[in-house]
Amino acid sequence: METLKGILAEHNFFKGLEDRYLDLLVGCASNVRVDAGEFFFRQGEEANQFYLIRHGLVSVEMFATGRGAITVQTVGEGDVLGWSWLIPPYRWMFDARATQLTRAFALDGKCLRDKFAKDHDLGYELLNRFVPIIEQRLNATRLQLLNCYEVSA
Amino acid sequence: MKSAPDETTLVPSAHPMIPALYRVRRTRRETYDTFTVELDPPHGSRGFAFAPGQLNMLYAFGVGEIPISISGSPERPKPLIHTIRNVGAVSRALSLLKHGDVVGVRGPFGSSWPVEEGVGRDVVIVAGGIGLAPLRPALYAILARRKDFQRVSLLYGARTPEDLLYVKELEHWRGRLDLSVLVTVDRAMGDWRGAVGVVTTLIPRSAFDPSTALAMVCGPEIMMRFTILELQKRGLENDQIYISMERNMKCAVGFCGHCQLGPTFVCKDGPVFRYDRIRQFSELREV
Repeated sequence: METLKGILAEHNFFKGLEDRYLDLLVGCASNVRVDAGEFFFRQGEEANQFYLIRHGLVSVEMFATGRGAITVQTVGEGDVLGWSWLIPPYRWMFDARATQLTRAFALDGKCLRDKFAKDHDLGYELLNRFVPIIEQRLNATRLQLLNCYEVSA
Repeated sequence: MKSAPDETTLVPSAHPMIPALYRVRRTRRETYDTFTVELDPPHGSRGFAFAPGQLNMLYAFGVGEIPISISGSPERPKPLIHTIRNVGAVSRALSLLKHGDVVGVRGPFGSSWPVEEGVGRDVVIVAGGIGLAPLRPALYAILARRKDFQRVSLLYGARTPEDLLYVKELEHWRGRLDLSVLVTVDRAMGDWRGAVGVVTTLIPRSAFDPSTALAMVCGPEIMMRFTILELQKRGLENDQIYISMERNMKCAVGFCGHCQLGPTFVCKDGPVFRYDRIRQFSELREV
C-alpha cells in the first residue's frame, strides 16, 4: 500500500529529500479535498500552510470591485500552491478557488516554520525547492505583463 | 563561405514573381481580429503542393502584398487555406474579401517544419497566438500518419479565451487519445474553466523524452525566447528545437534583402529554422 511518506517522496517537489526530513514532513502533512467553487484560502487570511495539488485545478484570483474575480494564474496536478506562509506577516495575497474537485496534500506551514528555526538545514532544503518555483512564476508574470500577443499596426 | 542549404528548404515555383489569380471560396471569422480565407486555384488548375510551415505572398490588388503562412492541410491543398490577423492595410483589405473575389497568390516559399525528422520521436508543438496557424499543417501531417511518431503534444497559449483559434478543432483534438492538447490563456474572467498562465507554464506539464524529443515553436518572438528557455530547462538541445521567424518580406525569393537575418533570408532560408542555426542572429539587438 502507498504510504503518505512514499507519495511525498515521489512528488517532484520533495524528490531527493533526506529520509529524516520526509519523516518530519509526514508529521506536518494531511489530505484535503476542496469541491468545485470552494476556496483553499482567501486574501487577507492567515497563511499557515501550503499545498501540493494531486488532482484538479485551482484558480488564483484577485477580487476587484466592479470587475469581479480576476484569475491571474491556475495551478494543477503536481503544482505547489502558496508561499505566503514563508514570508511575514504570513497573510494570503490572493484567493485560491478550486475550479473543479481538487485533492491535495496540505503541509502545515506553522509547524514547518518552527522546525526551520531549530533545523536550518531543513529550512535551506525547502527554500531551495521554493525559490525556483517563485522564479518561474515571477518570469511568467513578467511575460504576462509584456502582453506579447499585442501587435502595433 | 557558402553554407549548405537547409534540407527543409523547397524550391519555389518557376515564375516566383508572377501571382496566380485565386478566387475566394469562403471566409470565416476566427476571432474579433483574425479570419481564415479559403482560396480556389485558377480555373482548370489543381493548385500546388506545399510543405507544412511554408508561406505564400497574398496580393490584395490595389493595396499591396503580404506574406502569410499556409494553415491548411498539405494532404488537401485545395482549397488553399490561410489564417490572417487583421493588423494593417493589406490584411484589412483581405478581411473584406467576399466569395468570388480575386486574390494574387505567389508561392509556396520557404522552408518547412521537419515533420520527417520527428518520425519515431516525441513531438512537442508549442504555439502562441496566431502562431498556431503555421503549425496546424505540421499537426495535420503528423496526425495523417500518427503511428510513425511517439507521444505528440500541442501546447497552445493565447491572450484571452476569445483569442483562441480553431476552437472546434481544438475540442476535437482534445478528444483524441493519441494526442495531448494543453491550452492556456494569459488572462481570463467569467466562465473560463481552463488554465490561466503563459504558454511556457505548460512545458513542465507536458510528457516527452527530452533526450530525443523534437520541438516546433511558433509565436511572438518574446514568447519563443521564453519557450526555448523552458525547453532547455527540460533538457532539449538547441538542435532539437525549430522555430518560425517573421520578418518584413517583399520579394519572398531572397533578392530584395528586406528580410535578411544575419547571413540568411527569412523568406528563402526560413521561415522555419533549426534554433542552433539561427540562435546567434536571433539574439542580436541589431543585425
